[in-house]
Amino acid sequence: MSEISKDILIKPIFKENPIALQILGICSALAVTTSLQVALVMSIALTTVTAFSSMFISMLRNHMPSSIRIIVQMTIIASLVILVDQVLKAFAYEISKQLSVFVGLIITNCIVMGRAEAFAMKNPPGKSFMDGIGNGAGYSFILITLGTIRELLGAGSILGITILPTVANGGWYQPNGLMLLAPSAFFLIGFIIWILRNRDTSQVEKSEFTMAPHTAEKGAH
Amino acid sequence: MSSNVNSVSYTLKVALILCALCSVLISGAAVVLKPMQTANQILDRNRNILIAAGMYDPAVNTDADVATMFERFTARIVDLNTGAYLSDEQMSELGLDPLTYNETAARNDPALSDALPDDEDTAKIRRRVRYATVYIIENPQGEYETVVLPVSGYGLWGIIYGYLAIEGDGNTIRGIGFYDHKETPGLGGEISNPRWQAQWPGKQIFDNSGDVAFQVVKGGGQGSSQIDALSGATLTSRGIENMIAFWLGQRGFGAYLTNEVKG
Repeated sequence: MSEISKDILIKPIFKENPIALQILGICSALAVTTSLQVALVMSIALTTVTAFSSMFISMLRNHMPSSIRIIVQMTIIASLVILVDQVLKAFAYEISKQLSVFVGLIITNCIVMGRAEAFAMKNPPGKSFMDGIGNGAGYSFILITLGTIRELLGAGSILGITILPTVANGGWYQPNGLMLLAPSAFFLIGFIIWILRNRDTSQVEKSEFTMAPHTAEKGAH
Repeated sequence: MSSNVNSVSYTLKVALILCALCSVLISGAAVVLKPMQTANQILDRNRNILIAAGMYDPAVNTDADVATMFERFTARIVDLNTGAYLSDEQMSELGLDPLTYNETAARNDPALSDALPDDEDTAKIRRRVRYATVYIIENPQGEYETVVLPVSGYGLWGIIYGYLAIEGDGNTIRGIGFYDHKETPGLGGEISNPRWQAQWPGKQIFDNSGDVAFQVVKGGGQGSSQIDALSGATLTSRGIENMIAFWLGQRGFGAYLTNEVKG
Protein backbone atom coordinates (compact mmCIF):
# COMPACT_ATOMS: atom_id res chain seq x y z
CA MET A 1 0.00 0.00 0.00
CA SER A 2 1.47 3.30 -1.01
CA GLU A 3 2.11 6.07 1.48
CA ILE A 4 -0.69 8.25 0.10
CA SER A 5 -3.47 5.68 0.21
CA LYS A 6 -2.40 4.72 3.73
CA ASP A 7 -2.72 8.35 4.67
CA ILE A 8 -6.21 8.49 3.17
CA LEU A 9 -7.21 5.53 5.28
CA ILE A 10 -5.60 6.47 8.61
CA LYS A 11 -5.88 10.25 8.70
CA PRO A 12 -9.65 10.48 9.25
CA ILE A 13 -9.47 8.31 12.36
CA PHE A 14 -7.67 10.70 14.71
CA LYS A 15 -6.17 13.58 12.78
CA GLU A 16 -9.18 14.55 10.68
CA ASN A 17 -11.94 12.74 12.49
CA PRO A 18 -15.30 13.49 10.86
CA ILE A 19 -17.09 13.89 14.19
CA ALA A 20 -14.37 15.42 16.36
CA LEU A 21 -12.77 17.81 13.87
CA GLN A 22 -15.29 18.26 11.08
CA ILE A 23 -18.25 18.05 13.51
CA LEU A 24 -20.32 16.05 11.02
CA GLY A 25 -22.78 13.27 11.80
CA ILE A 26 -23.34 14.36 15.40
CA CYS A 27 -27.07 13.61 15.39
CA SER A 28 -26.80 9.88 14.86
CA ALA A 29 -23.82 9.74 17.22
CA LEU A 30 -26.13 10.97 19.99
CA ALA A 31 -29.01 8.73 19.07
CA VAL A 32 -27.58 5.27 18.55
CA THR A 33 -24.89 5.06 21.21
CA THR A 34 -26.91 4.01 24.26
CA SER A 35 -25.76 0.46 23.67
CA LEU A 36 -22.55 -0.78 22.09
CA GLN A 37 -24.16 -3.40 19.90
CA VAL A 38 -26.39 -0.88 18.13
CA ALA A 39 -23.44 1.52 17.78
CA LEU A 40 -21.39 -1.25 16.14
CA VAL A 41 -24.08 -2.09 13.61
CA MET A 42 -24.59 1.59 12.83
CA SER A 43 -20.81 1.98 12.35
CA ILE A 44 -20.71 -0.91 9.90
CA ALA A 45 -23.75 0.39 8.04
CA LEU A 46 -22.36 3.90 7.71
CA THR A 47 -18.88 2.74 6.70
CA THR A 48 -20.34 0.50 4.01
CA VAL A 49 -22.55 3.26 2.65
CA THR A 50 -19.80 5.90 2.68
CA ALA A 51 -17.25 3.62 1.02
CA PHE A 52 -19.52 2.38 -1.75
CA SER A 53 -21.26 5.67 -2.41
CA SER A 54 -17.88 7.42 -2.69
CA MET A 55 -16.70 4.71 -5.06
CA PHE A 56 -19.77 4.85 -7.33
CA ILE A 57 -19.84 8.64 -7.33
CA SER A 58 -16.16 8.73 -8.20
CA MET A 59 -16.74 6.27 -11.07
CA LEU A 60 -19.43 8.54 -12.45
CA ARG A 61 -17.71 11.82 -11.68
CA ASN A 62 -16.72 12.52 -15.28
CA HIS A 63 -20.21 11.81 -16.54
CA MET A 64 -22.06 13.89 -14.00
CA PRO A 65 -23.70 17.00 -15.45
CA SER A 66 -22.94 19.71 -12.89
CA SER A 67 -26.55 20.93 -12.87
CA ILE A 68 -27.84 17.68 -11.35
CA ARG A 69 -24.66 16.73 -9.48
CA ILE A 70 -26.15 16.77 -5.99
CA ILE A 71 -29.28 14.92 -7.07
CA VAL A 72 -27.20 12.19 -8.67
CA GLN A 73 -25.16 11.86 -5.50
CA MET A 74 -28.31 11.70 -3.36
CA THR A 75 -29.85 9.06 -5.62
CA ILE A 76 -26.81 6.83 -5.30
CA ILE A 77 -26.56 7.34 -1.54
CA ALA A 78 -30.29 6.82 -0.99
CA SER A 79 -30.31 3.60 -3.04
CA LEU A 80 -27.42 2.21 -1.00
CA VAL A 81 -29.06 3.17 2.28
CA ILE A 82 -32.34 1.49 1.33
CA LEU A 83 -30.35 -1.59 0.36
CA VAL A 84 -28.59 -1.65 3.75
CA ASP A 85 -31.92 -1.18 5.51
CA GLN A 86 -33.50 -4.07 3.60
CA VAL A 87 -30.54 -6.35 4.32
CA LEU A 88 -30.64 -5.49 8.02
CA LYS A 89 -34.37 -6.22 8.18
CA ALA A 90 -33.76 -9.59 6.58
CA PHE A 91 -30.67 -10.68 8.50
CA ALA A 92 -30.54 -8.67 11.74
CA TYR A 93 -34.18 -7.97 12.53
CA GLU A 94 -33.74 -7.22 16.25
CA ILE A 95 -31.01 -4.66 15.63
CA SER A 96 -32.84 -3.07 12.71
CA LYS A 97 -35.76 -2.54 15.09
CA GLN A 98 -33.49 -0.76 17.57
CA LEU A 99 -31.85 1.37 14.88
CA SER A 100 -35.32 2.17 13.55
CA VAL A 101 -35.24 5.47 11.74
CA PHE A 102 -31.51 6.07 12.00
CA VAL A 103 -30.52 3.72 9.19
CA GLY A 104 -32.80 5.68 6.87
CA LEU A 105 -31.23 8.87 8.16
CA ILE A 106 -27.78 7.79 6.95
CA ILE A 107 -28.99 9.40 3.71
CA THR A 108 -28.84 12.78 5.38
CA ASN A 109 -25.68 12.04 7.35
CA CYS A 110 -23.30 14.85 6.51
CA ILE A 111 -20.30 12.52 6.42
CA VAL A 112 -21.60 10.62 3.39
CA MET A 113 -22.55 13.73 1.44
CA GLY A 114 -19.46 15.58 2.62
CA ARG A 115 -17.04 12.93 1.43
CA ALA A 116 -18.89 12.51 -1.86
CA GLU A 117 -18.72 16.20 -2.62
CA ALA A 118 -15.29 16.98 -1.15
CA PHE A 119 -13.31 13.89 -2.11
CA ALA A 120 -15.05 11.50 -4.49
CA MET A 121 -15.79 14.17 -7.09
CA LYS A 122 -12.06 14.87 -7.49
CA ASN A 123 -10.40 11.47 -6.99
CA PRO A 124 -10.38 8.05 -8.69
CA PRO A 125 -12.69 5.27 -7.44
CA GLY A 126 -10.05 3.26 -5.54
CA LYS A 127 -8.89 6.24 -3.50
CA SER A 128 -12.49 7.36 -2.90
CA PHE A 129 -13.39 3.92 -1.61
CA MET A 130 -10.43 4.07 0.80
CA ASP A 131 -11.44 7.56 1.88
CA GLY A 132 -14.96 6.26 2.59
CA ILE A 133 -13.60 3.40 4.67
CA GLY A 134 -11.27 5.80 6.53
CA ASN A 135 -14.01 8.28 7.37
CA GLY A 136 -16.34 5.46 8.30
CA ALA A 137 -13.63 4.21 10.64
CA GLY A 138 -13.28 7.67 12.18
CA TYR A 139 -17.04 7.78 12.77
CA SER A 140 -16.94 4.22 14.11
CA PHE A 141 -14.13 5.10 16.52
CA ILE A 142 -16.24 7.81 18.14
CA LEU A 143 -19.41 5.69 18.13
CA ILE A 144 -17.72 2.68 19.68
CA THR A 145 -16.06 4.83 22.35
CA LEU A 146 -19.37 6.52 23.19
CA GLY A 147 -21.28 3.24 23.06
CA THR A 148 -18.85 1.53 25.44
CA ILE A 149 -18.83 4.36 27.99
CA ARG A 150 -22.57 5.01 27.84
CA GLU A 151 -23.60 1.36 28.08
CA LEU A 152 -21.11 0.64 30.87
CA LEU A 153 -22.04 3.63 33.04
CA GLY A 154 -25.69 3.81 32.04
CA ALA A 155 -26.68 0.16 32.16
CA GLY A 156 -23.69 -1.50 33.83
CA SER A 157 -23.04 -3.79 30.90
CA ILE A 158 -21.04 -4.08 27.70
CA LEU A 159 -22.61 -5.77 24.67
CA GLY A 160 -25.40 -6.85 27.02
CA ILE A 161 -22.98 -8.72 29.31
CA THR A 162 -23.21 -7.43 32.87
CA ILE A 163 -19.97 -5.85 34.10
CA LEU A 164 -21.34 -3.77 36.97
CA PRO A 165 -24.41 -5.49 38.50
CA THR A 166 -27.05 -2.77 38.85
CA VAL A 167 -29.23 -2.10 41.88
CA ALA A 168 -32.38 -2.91 39.84
CA ASN A 169 -30.98 -6.39 39.25
CA GLY A 170 -29.91 -6.91 42.84
CA GLY A 171 -26.32 -5.68 42.49
CA TRP A 172 -24.53 -2.65 43.93
CA TYR A 173 -24.11 -0.32 40.96
CA GLN A 174 -26.47 2.66 40.76
CA PRO A 175 -26.60 3.39 37.02
CA ASN A 176 -25.99 6.92 35.83
CA GLY A 177 -29.26 7.82 34.13
CA LEU A 178 -27.71 10.78 32.32
CA MET A 179 -25.55 8.39 30.30
CA LEU A 180 -28.68 6.98 28.68
CA LEU A 181 -29.89 10.38 27.57
CA ALA A 182 -28.64 12.23 24.51
CA PRO A 183 -26.85 15.11 26.33
CA SER A 184 -24.25 12.75 27.80
CA ALA A 185 -23.02 12.00 24.28
CA PHE A 186 -22.47 15.73 23.81
CA PHE A 187 -20.32 15.89 26.94
CA LEU A 188 -18.36 12.80 25.94
CA ILE A 189 -17.77 14.07 22.40
CA GLY A 190 -16.59 17.34 23.98
CA PHE A 191 -14.09 15.43 26.10
CA ILE A 192 -12.86 13.45 23.10
CA ILE A 193 -12.38 16.65 21.09
CA TRP A 194 -10.48 18.18 24.02
CA ILE A 195 -8.16 15.15 24.32
CA LEU A 196 -7.56 15.01 20.56
CA ARG A 197 -6.75 18.73 20.40
CA ASN A 198 -4.44 18.50 23.37
CA ARG A 199 -2.45 15.78 21.68
CA ASP A 200 -2.48 17.40 18.26
CA THR A 201 -2.43 21.18 18.55
CA SER A 202 -2.58 21.65 14.75
CA GLN A 203 -6.33 20.92 15.08
CA VAL A 204 -6.87 24.07 17.07
CA GLU A 205 -8.10 26.86 14.82
CA LYS A 206 -6.48 30.29 14.93
CA SER A 207 -8.60 32.91 16.65
CA GLU A 208 -10.64 34.83 14.14
CA PHE A 209 -9.38 38.09 15.59
CA THR A 210 -7.06 39.12 18.39
CA MET A 211 -7.83 41.77 20.96
CA ALA A 212 -5.94 44.96 20.33
CA PRO A 213 -3.65 45.88 23.23
CA HIS A 214 -5.16 48.30 25.69
CA THR A 215 -3.73 51.62 24.55
CA ALA A 216 -5.52 54.17 26.70
CA GLU A 217 -4.39 52.58 29.96
CA LYS A 218 -3.62 55.83 31.78
CA GLY A 219 -6.65 57.67 30.53
CA ALA A 220 -8.97 54.99 31.88
CA HIS A 221 -8.58 56.12 35.44
CA MET B 1 -16.26 16.44 -23.32
CA SER B 2 -17.14 18.85 -20.55
CA SER B 3 -19.52 20.94 -22.65
CA ASN B 4 -21.02 17.71 -23.92
CA VAL B 5 -21.54 16.44 -20.36
CA ASN B 6 -23.47 19.54 -19.40
CA SER B 7 -25.78 19.51 -22.42
CA VAL B 8 -29.50 19.10 -21.76
CA SER B 9 -29.81 15.81 -23.63
CA TYR B 10 -26.85 14.28 -21.79
CA THR B 11 -28.23 15.46 -18.44
CA LEU B 12 -31.57 13.82 -19.17
CA LYS B 13 -29.85 10.64 -20.33
CA VAL B 14 -27.73 10.38 -17.18
CA ALA B 15 -30.74 11.05 -14.95
CA LEU B 16 -32.87 8.45 -16.71
CA ILE B 17 -30.24 5.71 -16.76
CA LEU B 18 -29.31 6.30 -13.12
CA CYS B 19 -32.93 6.27 -11.95
CA ALA B 20 -33.67 3.10 -13.91
CA LEU B 21 -30.59 1.32 -12.54
CA CYS B 22 -31.27 2.36 -8.95
CA SER B 23 -34.93 1.40 -9.06
CA VAL B 24 -34.11 -2.03 -10.49
CA LEU B 25 -31.55 -2.53 -7.74
CA ILE B 26 -33.88 -1.47 -4.94
CA SER B 27 -36.95 -3.32 -6.15
CA GLY B 28 -34.84 -6.39 -6.82
CA ALA B 29 -33.51 -6.34 -3.26
CA ALA B 30 -36.99 -5.74 -1.85
CA VAL B 31 -38.47 -8.69 -3.75
CA VAL B 32 -35.63 -11.07 -2.95
CA LEU B 33 -35.47 -10.19 0.76
CA LYS B 34 -39.23 -9.89 1.36
CA PRO B 35 -39.83 -13.55 2.38
CA MET B 36 -37.02 -13.37 4.95
CA GLN B 37 -38.30 -10.08 6.35
CA THR B 38 -41.84 -11.42 6.70
CA ALA B 39 -40.52 -14.58 8.34
CA ASN B 40 -38.55 -12.40 10.77
CA GLN B 41 -41.62 -10.35 11.65
CA ILE B 42 -43.74 -13.44 12.29
CA LEU B 43 -40.96 -15.08 14.28
CA ASP B 44 -40.60 -11.93 16.34
CA ARG B 45 -44.35 -11.72 17.02
CA ASN B 46 -44.58 -15.40 17.94
CA ARG B 47 -41.59 -15.09 20.23
CA ASN B 48 -43.17 -12.13 21.99
CA ILE B 49 -46.39 -14.08 22.52
CA LEU B 50 -44.38 -16.97 23.99
CA ILE B 51 -42.42 -14.58 26.22
CA ALA B 52 -45.68 -13.06 27.52
CA ALA B 53 -47.03 -16.54 28.23
CA GLY B 54 -43.85 -17.32 30.17
CA MET B 55 -42.95 -20.17 27.84
CA TYR B 56 -39.82 -18.74 26.25
CA ASP B 57 -36.53 -18.03 27.97
CA PRO B 58 -34.11 -16.09 25.73
CA ALA B 59 -31.18 -17.64 27.58
CA VAL B 60 -32.29 -21.22 26.89
CA ASN B 61 -34.54 -21.28 23.84
CA THR B 62 -33.58 -20.62 20.25
CA ASP B 63 -35.45 -19.48 17.17
CA ALA B 64 -36.07 -23.09 16.22
CA ASP B 65 -38.01 -23.66 19.47
CA VAL B 66 -40.36 -20.78 18.71
CA ALA B 67 -42.00 -22.61 15.82
CA THR B 68 -42.57 -25.86 17.73
CA MET B 69 -43.74 -24.14 20.92
CA PHE B 70 -46.03 -21.83 19.03
CA GLU B 71 -47.89 -24.79 17.51
CA ARG B 72 -49.76 -25.16 20.80
CA PHE B 73 -51.44 -21.80 20.24
CA THR B 74 -54.58 -21.28 18.18
CA ALA B 75 -55.08 -17.82 16.75
CA ARG B 76 -58.68 -16.62 16.62
CA ILE B 77 -60.27 -13.28 15.85
CA VAL B 78 -62.57 -11.75 18.44
CA ASP B 79 -65.24 -9.12 17.82
CA LEU B 80 -64.48 -6.69 20.62
CA ASN B 81 -68.05 -5.31 20.76
CA THR B 82 -69.79 -8.64 21.28
CA GLY B 83 -66.88 -10.52 22.78
CA ALA B 84 -67.55 -13.51 20.52
CA TYR B 85 -65.23 -15.22 18.09
CA LEU B 86 -65.85 -14.44 14.45
CA SER B 87 -67.36 -17.38 12.60
CA ASP B 88 -65.78 -18.59 9.39
CA GLU B 89 -68.51 -16.89 7.35
CA GLN B 90 -67.96 -13.56 9.11
CA MET B 91 -64.23 -13.80 8.56
CA SER B 92 -64.53 -14.52 4.86
CA GLU B 93 -67.09 -11.73 4.59
CA LEU B 94 -64.64 -9.27 6.17
CA GLY B 95 -61.70 -10.83 4.37
CA LEU B 96 -59.84 -11.52 7.60
CA ASP B 97 -57.61 -14.44 8.44
CA PRO B 98 -56.24 -14.90 11.97
CA LEU B 99 -52.78 -15.71 10.62
CA THR B 100 -52.43 -12.66 8.44
CA TYR B 101 -54.73 -10.12 10.13
CA ASN B 102 -52.66 -7.03 10.82
CA GLU B 103 -54.01 -4.93 13.66
CA THR B 104 -51.58 -2.09 13.07
CA ALA B 105 -52.94 -1.66 9.55
CA ALA B 106 -56.54 -2.23 10.69
CA ARG B 107 -56.21 0.60 13.22
CA ASN B 108 -56.04 3.10 10.35
CA ASP B 109 -58.77 1.46 8.28
CA PRO B 110 -62.20 3.06 8.88
CA ALA B 111 -63.89 -0.22 7.92
CA LEU B 112 -62.11 -2.11 10.68
CA SER B 113 -61.70 0.45 13.45
CA ASP B 114 -63.51 3.29 15.23
CA ALA B 115 -62.29 6.62 16.48
CA LEU B 116 -62.45 6.77 20.26
CA PRO B 117 -64.11 9.77 21.92
CA ASP B 118 -61.69 11.57 24.25
CA ASP B 119 -63.40 10.55 27.47
CA GLU B 120 -63.27 6.86 26.56
CA ASP B 121 -59.76 6.93 25.19
CA THR B 122 -58.00 6.29 28.49
CA ALA B 123 -55.09 4.48 26.83
CA LYS B 124 -54.68 7.43 24.39
CA ILE B 125 -54.61 5.23 21.28
CA ARG B 126 -57.13 7.43 19.34
CA ARG B 127 -58.54 4.59 17.25
CA ARG B 128 -59.56 1.13 18.37
CA VAL B 129 -59.80 -1.91 16.13
CA ARG B 130 -63.16 -3.69 16.01
CA TYR B 131 -61.56 -7.09 15.75
CA ALA B 132 -58.50 -8.36 17.57
CA THR B 133 -56.51 -11.57 17.30
CA VAL B 134 -56.21 -13.60 20.50
CA TYR B 135 -53.90 -16.55 20.93
CA ILE B 136 -55.25 -19.37 23.03
CA ILE B 137 -54.07 -22.67 24.42
CA GLU B 138 -56.76 -25.16 25.40
CA ASN B 139 -56.17 -28.23 27.51
CA PRO B 140 -57.33 -31.66 26.24
CA GLN B 141 -60.72 -31.17 27.96
CA GLY B 142 -61.30 -28.10 25.82
CA GLU B 143 -60.91 -25.66 28.71
CA TYR B 144 -58.88 -22.50 28.37
CA GLU B 145 -55.38 -22.80 29.71
CA THR B 146 -53.77 -19.57 28.48
CA VAL B 147 -55.23 -16.61 26.61
CA VAL B 148 -52.82 -14.06 25.11
CA LEU B 149 -54.30 -10.65 24.30
CA PRO B 150 -52.65 -7.85 22.32
CA VAL B 151 -52.53 -4.58 24.29
CA SER B 152 -51.34 -1.08 23.47
CA GLY B 153 -51.33 2.29 25.16
CA TYR B 154 -49.51 5.60 25.24
CA GLY B 155 -46.53 5.78 27.58
CA LEU B 156 -44.30 8.84 27.77
CA TRP B 157 -42.93 9.15 24.22
CA GLY B 158 -45.15 6.93 22.16
CA ILE B 159 -47.47 3.96 22.04
CA ILE B 160 -46.29 0.86 23.89
CA TYR B 161 -47.27 -2.44 22.26
CA GLY B 162 -47.34 -5.74 24.10
CA TYR B 163 -49.03 -9.01 24.84
CA LEU B 164 -50.78 -9.85 28.08
CA ALA B 165 -51.16 -13.54 28.92
CA ILE B 166 -54.06 -14.51 31.18
CA GLU B 167 -54.83 -17.85 32.76
CA GLY B 168 -57.92 -19.88 31.89
CA ASP B 169 -59.95 -18.30 34.71
CA GLY B 170 -59.92 -15.02 32.77
CA ASN B 171 -58.72 -13.19 35.84
CA THR B 172 -55.18 -14.20 36.81
CA ILE B 173 -52.25 -12.72 34.89
CA ARG B 174 -49.80 -15.27 33.52
CA GLY B 175 -47.28 -12.80 32.14
CA ILE B 176 -46.59 -9.68 30.12
CA GLY B 177 -44.28 -8.84 27.25
CA PHE B 178 -43.70 -5.60 25.37
CA TYR B 179 -42.37 -5.76 21.85
CA ASP B 180 -42.37 -2.14 20.77
CA HIS B 181 -42.03 1.05 22.78
CA LYS B 182 -40.20 4.35 22.70
CA GLU B 183 -39.69 4.86 26.45
CA THR B 184 -36.45 6.32 27.84
CA PRO B 185 -33.81 3.60 28.15
CA GLY B 186 -33.02 2.92 31.80
CA LEU B 187 -36.14 4.67 33.10
CA GLY B 188 -39.40 3.89 31.30
CA GLY B 189 -37.53 1.40 29.16
CA GLU B 190 -37.27 -0.78 32.25
CA ILE B 191 -40.76 -2.10 31.39
CA SER B 192 -38.80 -4.65 29.36
CA ASN B 193 -36.75 -5.67 32.39
CA PRO B 194 -37.58 -9.31 33.28
CA ARG B 195 -37.22 -8.47 36.99
CA TRP B 196 -39.99 -5.89 36.79
CA GLN B 197 -42.15 -8.13 34.64
CA ALA B 198 -41.70 -10.94 37.18
CA GLN B 199 -44.16 -9.12 39.46
CA TRP B 200 -47.01 -9.61 37.01
CA PRO B 201 -47.74 -13.36 37.09
CA GLY B 202 -50.39 -14.32 39.64
CA LYS B 203 -51.94 -10.85 40.00
CA GLN B 204 -55.73 -10.63 39.81
CA ILE B 205 -57.13 -8.30 37.18
CA PHE B 206 -60.71 -7.91 38.39
CA ASP B 207 -62.21 -7.24 41.81
CA ASN B 208 -65.30 -9.05 43.14
CA SER B 209 -67.71 -6.75 41.35
CA GLY B 210 -66.03 -7.44 38.02
CA ASP B 211 -64.29 -4.09 37.56
CA VAL B 212 -60.64 -3.82 36.59
CA ALA B 213 -58.70 -3.54 39.84
CA PHE B 214 -55.20 -3.86 38.41
CA GLN B 215 -52.96 -1.00 39.55
CA VAL B 216 -49.39 0.13 39.12
CA VAL B 217 -48.54 1.80 42.44
CA LYS B 218 -45.53 3.53 43.91
CA GLY B 219 -43.67 1.94 46.77
CA GLY B 220 -44.23 -1.78 46.86
CA GLY B 221 -47.48 -2.83 45.27
CA GLN B 222 -48.13 -5.68 47.66
CA GLY B 223 -51.87 -6.06 46.96
CA SER B 224 -53.19 -9.01 44.98
CA SER B 225 -53.94 -6.69 42.06
CA GLN B 226 -51.01 -4.31 42.45
CA ILE B 227 -47.52 -4.13 41.04
CA ASP B 228 -44.73 -1.72 41.92
CA ALA B 229 -44.30 1.27 39.62
CA LEU B 230 -40.98 2.00 37.92
CA SER B 231 -38.90 4.58 39.73
CA GLY B 232 -38.24 7.67 37.65
CA ALA B 233 -40.94 6.70 35.15
CA THR B 234 -44.24 7.91 36.57
CA LEU B 235 -45.85 8.61 33.21
CA THR B 236 -44.78 5.27 31.75
CA SER B 237 -46.15 3.46 34.81
CA ARG B 238 -49.41 5.36 34.55
CA GLY B 239 -49.56 4.57 30.84
CA ILE B 240 -49.22 0.86 31.59
CA GLU B 241 -52.00 1.03 34.19
CA ASN B 242 -54.29 2.87 31.75
CA MET B 243 -53.42 0.41 29.01
CA ILE B 244 -54.48 -2.59 31.12
CA ALA B 245 -57.60 -0.81 32.39
CA PHE B 246 -58.62 0.05 28.84
CA TRP B 247 -57.97 -3.30 27.18
CA LEU B 248 -59.56 -5.36 29.92
CA GLY B 249 -62.48 -2.96 30.33
CA GLN B 250 -65.68 -2.80 28.33
CA ARG B 251 -64.08 -1.04 25.35
CA GLY B 252 -61.44 -3.76 25.17
CA PHE B 253 -61.60 -7.46 25.92
CA GLY B 254 -64.07 -7.11 28.82
CA ALA B 255 -66.96 -8.68 26.92
CA TYR B 256 -64.74 -11.42 25.52
CA LEU B 257 -63.37 -12.38 28.92
CA THR B 258 -66.84 -12.39 30.54
CA ASN B 259 -68.67 -14.23 27.78
CA GLU B 260 -66.12 -16.55 26.26
CA VAL B 261 -63.35 -17.23 28.71
CA LYS B 262 -65.15 -17.15 32.06
CA GLY B 263 -68.50 -18.26 30.65
